[in-house]
Amino acid sequence: MTQRRQNRPPHSPSPRAADRGRVRFDRPEFGRLLGGLAAQGYQVIGPTVRDGALVYASVTSPDELPVGWTDEQTGGSYCLKRRNDAALFGYTLGPQAWKPYLHPPTVRLWRARAGHRELDRLPEPAADPPKYAFLGVRACELQAIAIQDKVFLGGDFVDPWYRRRREGVFLVAVHCGQAGGTCFCASLNTGPKATFGFDLALTEVIEAGRHYFVAESGTDRGAAVLRDLSTQPATPAELAAADRIVADAAAHMGRELDTRGLKELLTRNYEHPRWDDVAGRCLTCANCTMVCPTCFCTTVEEVTDLTGEHAQRWRKWDSCFTTEFSFIHGGSVRASPRSRYRQWLTHKLATWYDQFGTAGCVGCGRCIAWCPVGIDLTEEVRAIRRSDGVTLAQQLTA
Amino acid sequence: MRTDLDPRGAEATALDPMAVASYAVRRLKGETDDTFTLELQPVDGAARFSFAPGQFNMLYVFGVGEIPISISSDPLKPKTLWHTTREVGTVTRAMRQLKPGAVLGVRGPFGTHWPVDECEAKDVVIVAGGIGLAPLRPALYRILAQRDRYGRVVLLYGARTPADILYRSELERWRARFDLEVYATVDRAMSGWRGNVGVVTGLIGRAPFDALNTVALVCGPEVMMRFTVQELQRRGVRAQAIHLSMERNMKCAVGFCGHCQFGPWFVCKDGPVFRLDRLREWLGKWEV
Amino acid sequence: MKTIADLVAESAFFRELAPPYQQILAGCGRNVVFKTGAFVFREGDESREFYLLRAGKVAIEVDVPGRGAMIIQTLGEGDVLSWSWMVPPYKKRFDARAVELTRAIAFDGACIGKKCEADAKLGYEFFRRFTVVIAERLAATRLQLLDLYADRP
Repeated sequence: MTQRRQNRPPHSPSPRAADRGRVRFDRPEFGRLLGGLAAQGYQVIGPTVRDGALVYASVTSPDELPVGWTDEQTGGSYCLKRRNDAALFGYTLGPQAWKPYLHPPTVRLWRARAGHRELDRLPEPAADPPKYAFLGVRACELQAIAIQDKVFLGGDFVDPWYRRRREGVFLVAVHCGQAGGTCFCASLNTGPKATFGFDLALTEVIEAGRHYFVAESGTDRGAAVLRDLSTQPATPAELAAADRIVADAAAHMGRELDTRGLKELLTRNYEHPRWDDVAGRCLTCANCTMVCPTCFCTTVEEVTDLTGEHAQRWRKWDSCFTTEFSFIHGGSVRASPRSRYRQWLTHKLATWYDQFGTAGCVGCGRCIAWCPVGIDLTEEVRAIRRSDGVTLAQQLTA
Repeated sequence: MRTDLDPRGAEATALDPMAVASYAVRRLKGETDDTFTLELQPVDGAARFSFAPGQFNMLYVFGVGEIPISISSDPLKPKTLWHTTREVGTVTRAMRQLKPGAVLGVRGPFGTHWPVDECEAKDVVIVAGGIGLAPLRPALYRILAQRDRYGRVVLLYGARTPADILYRSELERWRARFDLEVYATVDRAMSGWRGNVGVVTGLIGRAPFDALNTVALVCGPEVMMRFTVQELQRRGVRAQAIHLSMERNMKCAVGFCGHCQFGPWFVCKDGPVFRLDRLREWLGKWEV
Repeated sequence: MKTIADLVAESAFFRELAPPYQQILAGCGRNVVFKTGAFVFREGDESREFYLLRAGKVAIEVDVPGRGAMIIQTLGEGDVLSWSWMVPPYKKRFDARAVELTRAIAFDGACIGKKCEADAKLGYEFFRRFTVVIAERLAATRLQLLDLYADRP
């Protein structure tokens, strides 16, 4: 297998969180955290409530956060509910992770004018993307960003569009205080506690009439932001409360994925009858790939104007669930829904290890909640594991 | 605003893998009914295009789109670039309409190459099917340029009909050489055809090479390659000495778009040329 | 000058056969030569012989009215031509024509049949070799049927 360089992305925070002391700041101080980031020129993007779901959008004040909201997720269903407190981060995940900000759904690669002696390629206006601070990044999402860093920055080629957006992003992680019905980050060791890749990490604590945050910095610039807040050293009791909350989330994962020998399991069961079973339910709608925080596939479209004098090259998210995806002259390589579901799942949980050294799944469960028919990849893997090695012929004669 | 695009090598590609260089069509040569060769020269005439046999370029037709095409020219003559392709889609149809002087965008070269250096002091058996001869031609040029470094060199070529034989006059020239064995066969022919009729795999059994000291380079439709591999292995050629060039849908050529995956491999950057032992467990599986 | 027995012993087809058996089979063979363009046999001919090609090239052809004669396959040095002598109705199913000067050993089917009946071991060895030829020919034909190089495979 090809060994790829495991480059850290530019300005990647170094994992030194454990070296630094954890401090506490109270809920009223939260506005100053936002203000401090804005003062440093960051556009803060955080969770908001829009169209009945959590959506990462521009946030200028804590009131714009989903105060007092929580989410309920299960196979094929997602809804927001009121909490009986005023937590700022009392939910898990919305349909989209940070992917649209770092790897946008559409990017214009370049424009060209019909030339005579040369192809007249006009460079994209160097509109630098805003300097983003991501607020409320979950552990699984940090892992998803690390995975896309490997895809776009870690190989022989670097994607300049991704790099421009990724560089300099300030990451405020929030350790999960509750696990969603479709969460299984604990199975993949990607959460619920953020352990790397953040500038700041927060635990939100609401108990005994108090509402505060236990904070730790992961980088110098994280520490600098923290220094501008009014903080106290966290007491042992406060630290214990924060740790208890995260441990409780870890213990209440809605889903579970047994990762023992996962790659080998799926590879040797490439012809397992379960693929036919899931293909009977799968609509090949591509929702799972759109909400997946690690799915990176794209296509390129040529757009011309009526004069035929101007052409644009647009890169757009694409999905391995479409038949066109694997089209070579003569037809589609993966013509059946069975092969397309299998491609997606075995890529996430088997061949991704070969390509990038980790699973391509972070256990966020979005593909379960946003599947219109509630296909649950953890259940598919379980079914294959239960009848490891069964072939269609054996099943028919059983 | 008019930008001069410097034709560049791999370094610039690494900086902006989507950057294209302008190339002008010097000549468009019809090969067979449905195949043709584009001869390209950089608009900046001084530029050289360095590539290794087996690599491919992304060719862009203004207003139509971009497709991968293997390079079929001589790597030792880097001032012109040949691409042979079949007219199968909108981009190749538009290409065939291009007139001399028309400008194309070129990105590349991309991908892995035939292990020509590894062939030294060994017999080389090249098995090509249909248009699969195009990406193998640069390897043959390289080998023939330093012919004394190799043992026996055998080209086995299969085409659909006599009229579909690619590079026919060149094949005739090669056949006339004493240091190159050329065997061609077609799947179907009318009476009067004096060449072979039958599948290209049928040529392997009797081709003159020492199986234990041979490197095999294979390119053609995937099924043809699978059967070719069986015959080569039956002759005793080891999997580590067999190299195949795979075809999958390549859009970006640098491993970002995901389209060309074949099992764990990105055909665009891990391939297109693969050593058989790396591919073996995936070859022949359905719909990979 | 090589005898038929020498040629049989050298051929890939019979090489692994025990020498006494090679001798027996050689007794059923005779040398034949076909000039370029000459028919080895025609469709519908009574099938009495098969051929072990020593040199040259033979095209197996079939005439398609309106399209002309098509070559289905060509055979060359070391190949075995014709097995219709083994199977009813013992008629040649295709035309076979020498594309170039072709030398072959023609084996008399009746003679071979007798020898094989007299010694079942010889019969087994002989037909086992023929089965390999038939299986390979069938596999190649299937591959040909795929029309791999067509626009839409």
